[in-house]
Amino acid sequence: MIKVQQPEPYDPLSQVPLVPPPGHYSASKLERVLRKGLFAVTAELNPPDSADPRDVLKAAEPLVEVADAINATDASGANCHMSSMAICSLLSRAGQGSVFQISCRDRNRIAIQGDVLGVAALGVGNVLCLSGDGVGVGDQPGAKAVFDFDAISLLRTLKTMRNEGVFLSGRKLTTPPNIFLGAAANPCIQPLEWRAERLAKKVTAGADFIQTNYIFDVDVFEKFMETLRKEGLHKKVFILAGVGPLASAKAARWMRTNVPGIHIPDRVVDRLEKADNPGEEGKKLCIELVRQMRQIEGVAGVHIMAYRREHMVNEIIEASGVLADRQ
Amino acid sequence: MYAVRLFCTRHARAFESVYKGLEKVFLSLHPLLKGIGYNRLERPVAMIEQMSKGFLFDCKMCGQCVLSSAGMSCPMNCPKNIRNGPCGGVRDGGFCEVRPEMRCVWVEAWNGAKTMQNGLERIRVVQPPVNRELKGSSSWLRIIREKGAMKEASKRQLDPAKSELAQAFAKARKLEPAAVPLAKEPVAALAEQAVKEQTSVHSTQETTSQ
Repeated sequence: MIKVQQPEPYDPLSQVPLVPPPGHYSASKLERVLRKGLFAVTAELNPPDSADPRDVLKAAEPLVEVADAINATDASGANCHMSSMAICSLLSRAGQGSVFQISCRDRNRIAIQGDVLGVAALGVGNVLCLSGDGVGVGDQPGAKAVFDFDAISLLRTLKTMRNEGVFLSGRKLTTPPNIFLGAAANPCIQPLEWRAERLAKKVTAGADFIQTNYIFDVDVFEKFMETLRKEGLHKKVFILAGVGPLASAKAARWMRTNVPGIHIPDRVVDRLEKADNPGEEGKKLCIELVRQMRQIEGVAGVHIMAYRREHMVNEIIEASGVLADRQ
Repeated sequence: MYAVRLFCTRHARAFESVYKGLEKVFLSLHPLLKGIGYNRLERPVAMIEQMSKGFLFDCKMCGQCVLSSAGMSCPMNCPKNIRNGPCGGVRDGGFCEVRPEMRCVWVEAWNGAKTMQNGLERIRVVQPPVNRELKGSSSWLRIIREKGAMKEASKRQLDPAKSELAQAFAKARKLEPAAVPLAKEPVAALAEQAVKEQTSVHSTQETTSQ
């Protein structure tokens, strides 16, 4: 078993706010790992439809051994689940690093700026800024879509809060949030020509790290990375490539038709279709992807999204050998 | 109209020149417009703006026009109102995630920007969130007011409460001052709802004081 040093459990009321090490924006383990130049691993937690905190810890269990931070999704796919802030808070108390995800779909600028102060107070060091899927794909398509910010204006706002110590209105913060700012990228989705430009804009707006959506098309991703390297962007932002195990050809087809922004090439679907054990094949494919990502210049880590297959995350990372340099 | 809108982004470069020319003319008229009074001009100009830009770009009268920084493709037609797009949900062929029958506003925007003289330089600028108070007001007048005020450097006219936003989005303030306005807004330019709320607050205060 890989030994990964875990931080102390955090009790916000009995401890002073976490102080970032010199040269860091936050006290988050993810930032420390990335700045050290180690290959980082983040993993997405499937949030429970429950009010029981034990369900959160149970969902996190298969991820904690390998993940430097656990992403708590914010009603992803516009489906209602336990809130990202509550999950991050529970993970902090358990001594786990987390990534607070903000989707601009559900909250306006007043709510979001307040939430960010809140999560920082709860000991959460990483924030991921997302525009968010439209409400129509979720379980409550009649909801009001907010979209007061977009991911990029949100990034700039949070950077201003952190660096200048003010709200967007100019009102002063007595203690600014020590946060490591993240954004998403979707390199394999149209318009391919402009994807690198949009990432560059996110970096200009304030992104410190990027977590990409699922990458199953390594050729397209390599080209994307080449463009980033040409612009020197891989040195300005930490890029974590998104990977995940597919359950079957049917699941893959369902995902690419029903979940916005997912590209799975036919050759991947075919490979699963032809496999005797599609679940195992999906896992094997994911391990291969993690290894391939490790080889690409400018990729600082992987972000594993194993929806309903969280139990595999440990094995995938161990089998890939990407954490070998941690010992 | 959708077809006209697509035509405009395909001819973004021509519209860019027209816009630049018009802006010069109107900017030189700033002293005259100031004399007439921006408050008095607001309603008639907003009506003309709504009709012409509505026809050409499906303008939604956000009051903070960034067409020149979005390849002449109006970002308020994006169902997510994204001002710095495109999002990660674009469908194959460049269609919208939320409305699959529509071309993605931001795919059109980047393609339009590529053909423009300063399009790419401007579309790369981080745009601030929309100030919803200004919905329904004239962007044209706002641009002239802002640029006029910058020229005059009459800092007294600028609202200090908005300076943080202008600092946080400094480049947008420089290139698209109407998207980060600092000059004092004439009452007629504030969204009707906001004006109503203000008047109702005033009248309650008056009643209480009486």
